[in-house]
Amino acid sequence: MNSLPAWSGGEFLEGLRARLPDDGLLVDPEQLRPYESDGLTLYRQLPRAVTLPATVTEVAAVLDWCHRHDVPVVPRGAGTGLSGGALPHAEGVVLSLARLDRIIEVDPLARTATVQPGVRNLSISEAARSHGLYYAPDPSSQVACSIGGNVAENSGGVHCLKYGLTLHNVLRLRGLTVAGEPVEFGGLAPDAPGLDLLPLVVGSEGMLAVVTEVTVRLVPVPHLARCIMASFASVETAGDAVAAVVAAGIIPAGLEMLDRAAIQLVEPFARAGYDLQAEAVLLCESDGTEAEVVEEIGRMSEVLTAAGAIRLQVSADEAERLRFWAGRKNAFPAAGRAAPAYYCMDGTIPRRHLGRMLRAIQAMERRHGLRCPNVFHAGDGNLHPLILFDDGDPDSVARAEAFGAEILAESVRLGGTITGEHGVGVEKIDQMCQQFDDDTREAFFAVKRAFDPAGTLNPGKAIPTLHRCAELGGMRVTGERQAFAELPRF
Amino acid sequence: MSPALAQAVECIRDAAAERRPLCIRGGGTKDFYGNAPRGALLATGSLCGIVEHQPSELVLTALGGTPLEDIEATLLEHGQMLAFEPPHFGPGATLGGCVAAGLAGPRRASSGPSHGGVRDFVLGARLVDGSGRLLRFGGTVMKNVAGYDVSRALAGSLGILGLIVEVSLKVLPRPAVEASLRLEMDLEAALDRLQRWAGRALPISASAWVGGCLNLRLSGSSSAVAEGMAEIGGEGFAGESFWSDVREQRLPFFSGQAPLWRVALPARAPGLDLGREEFIEWNGMLRWIHSDRPPEVVRARAEALGGHATLFRGGDRSCGVFHPLQPALLDIHRRLKAEFDPAGILNPGRLYAEF
Repeated sequence: MNSLPAWSGGEFLEGLRARLPDDGLLVDPEQLRPYESDGLTLYRQLPRAVTLPATVTEVAAVLDWCHRHDVPVVPRGAGTGLSGGALPHAEGVVLSLARLDRIIEVDPLARTATVQPGVRNLSISEAARSHGLYYAPDPSSQVACSIGGNVAENSGGVHCLKYGLTLHNVLRLRGLTVAGEPVEFGGLAPDAPGLDLLPLVVGSEGMLAVVTEVTVRLVPVPHLARCIMASFASVETAGDAVAAVVAAGIIPAGLEMLDRAAIQLVEPFARAGYDLQAEAVLLCESDGTEAEVVEEIGRMSEVLTAAGAIRLQVSADEAERLRFWAGRKNAFPAAGRAAPAYYCMDGTIPRRHLGRMLRAIQAMERRHGLRCPNVFHAGDGNLHPLILFDDGDPDSVARAEAFGAEILAESVRLGGTITGEHGVGVEKIDQMCQQFDDDTREAFFAVKRAFDPAGTLNPGKAIPTLHRCAELGGMRVTGERQAFAELPRF
Repeated sequence: MSPALAQAVECIRDAAAERRPLCIRGGGTKDFYGNAPRGALLATGSLCGIVEHQPSELVLTALGGTPLEDIEATLLEHGQMLAFEPPHFGPGATLGGCVAAGLAGPRRASSGPSHGGVRDFVLGARLVDGSGRLLRFGGTVMKNVAGYDVSRALAGSLGILGLIVEVSLKVLPRPAVEASLRLEMDLEAALDRLQRWAGRALPISASAWVGGCLNLRLSGSSSAVAEGMAEIGGEGFAGESFWSDVREQRLPFFSGQAPLWRVALPARAPGLDLGREEFIEWNGMLRWIHSDRPPEVVRARAEALGGHATLFRGGDRSCGVFHPLQPALLDIHRRLKAEFDPAGILNPGRLYAEF
């Protein structure tokens, strides 16, 4: 690749240095190394420079300077993303927002928190806790991931069927355009004037604007939560039970499923007390006041029993409830121990096709000669099949890749999507071709141009050009390659 | 492509070629809203019908010209509802018009899963843009982060980005129990109490303060509603017709002669103090007021309180009914409009005169 004019001569870099604090600019390869990938370490690229502004004014100055020199800017939060959305650009600058990590205000009466983008997801709930409030979206990586990154990916979590995604819990974003101009999306008052651009910016993977301040909605901490663990003799009955719970007019606080392979995988590792005889286990949670939870757990139990559950266990106390969840949340570390490597897929399908999808995956297991335990956010149809393979064996790698591509294609075929919560990034960019036609993909570029006419904000991610639309791929993760391997995931 | 859709596409392509403005119209129940409609009529009535409703998926997909009442009747049969409780403002209101107007009803400020406006329940949409291209955004599943979420941005777009052909919505089960309460209190006390209750996990699904009375609706399981009623107190009343009158603006308050303003404010904002009685919804975040004061005065007051004001009904629409945009936002709007409707033919000026 020919170098951008900005990088010849020292003027651009000196200008960047002048706009940042002494320790705010990294250019040595040694210092750039930690920024060469995000949580998806399969893709690596050193940037030309990393900027670490500490104030919004400095962020604006960096953006303005880069914009004037046509230099690509890749915003970065905590770097825990799983689709390569923060992969640096070879000719670009990484704009780290990690130092903007201040909780600006918690307003208990208005039930809002206003924070800078580098604040960790969990820190918001911790700051609100003394007021009996919390921030509901809880991606499993919440101890590490930042709210700015959550906004970029529209992160979910296990409670989003009842409490919504990031989008539903963000009131206002303050940020900067690619040129460093201040801009505000949404507002503290409802229905901000004009087009509602907030849903475009949330989930835009850092390609439309740089967020410098986030105001989120806080909700009251439920008095109590209880979880039912239900065993089923087949994945189909478990899938039907999920539909039955929802059809009965119940919106569980969490509704998760593990198939037999996943149960066998996690139980020795997490000792959650899962039924090793079951073909599928459902975790079904209720939260609210004590009377409400008792009433709802009763109704849930009736529905699950009528739907064919062969064993039900209701968490007796908080410790047991957390143990039930520990199994689910540790499925990924357990997969990491069971095989040299695994591919994690992130498709979402209409709930009613869960049984069909699982049968299709079983057939693919035989066809590709690889195991694939399944865990999923059953309540919203978001699947995380884990294809176990050997990354030292090129044939195994090729089979795993073909397997993953087939799962995503099946997700699209069943009326679903290639990514429920991990984002497209660089990883699933080719699968975008399967899900959207040429005109719609061109419309995505139109949105991009409207926000970023120069096209220098996180370029090349999420939307494939026409000529790209041929290949298939998947997310390949190995123990060595995945950063933050110790984090609970999904 | 159905004949009706093919006809709509052709109509848009022809208009674009001749740069002839089109006025997209469903039931015509919201002609009063937004800047004055202009252009040749593009009626959506033939794009009609529920495409899919799987109750256990909590998703309903229907064509843009489908009457809202048909959709609500279908949902009711399965014990479900549109959680954002959209106002119809007359017979014949359509789904496309409902999404394009982006107006939600009393349940918008509900606690629990029903919380949210129109856009919060949009999952996907098909759209014909101003060049006649049929586009499909989002989908029919709850979690979907593939591509920019254009379908949600259609809520409140007043048709300026395209003809809404089809929408998929998240729907919710109807609450097991609903009860209504009435408490006498002045405006300051009502605003204060509403904030405090909202922080306490009470199942409040609607609030309306008018004429010294705070009306509340509680929704949820029987135990949650019973507990909430015991905690809040007040006098119970049969609320069903009251809340639909709030939603449809049929209460006496709304028959005032002066122009009706819709003022949206942050949670803790005090009274508007514009010399006229206000009607309060959404835990204090939505205020209705009849006022003859000049638009600049109403807007300045809304802005001083951290919100914005829309000239909702009546008055002189020629000066722009919506709150002016910040410069950076206005630029993005202009460019989006130019990308989706390069000939500028779809509902021109309906949202802002500039586009």
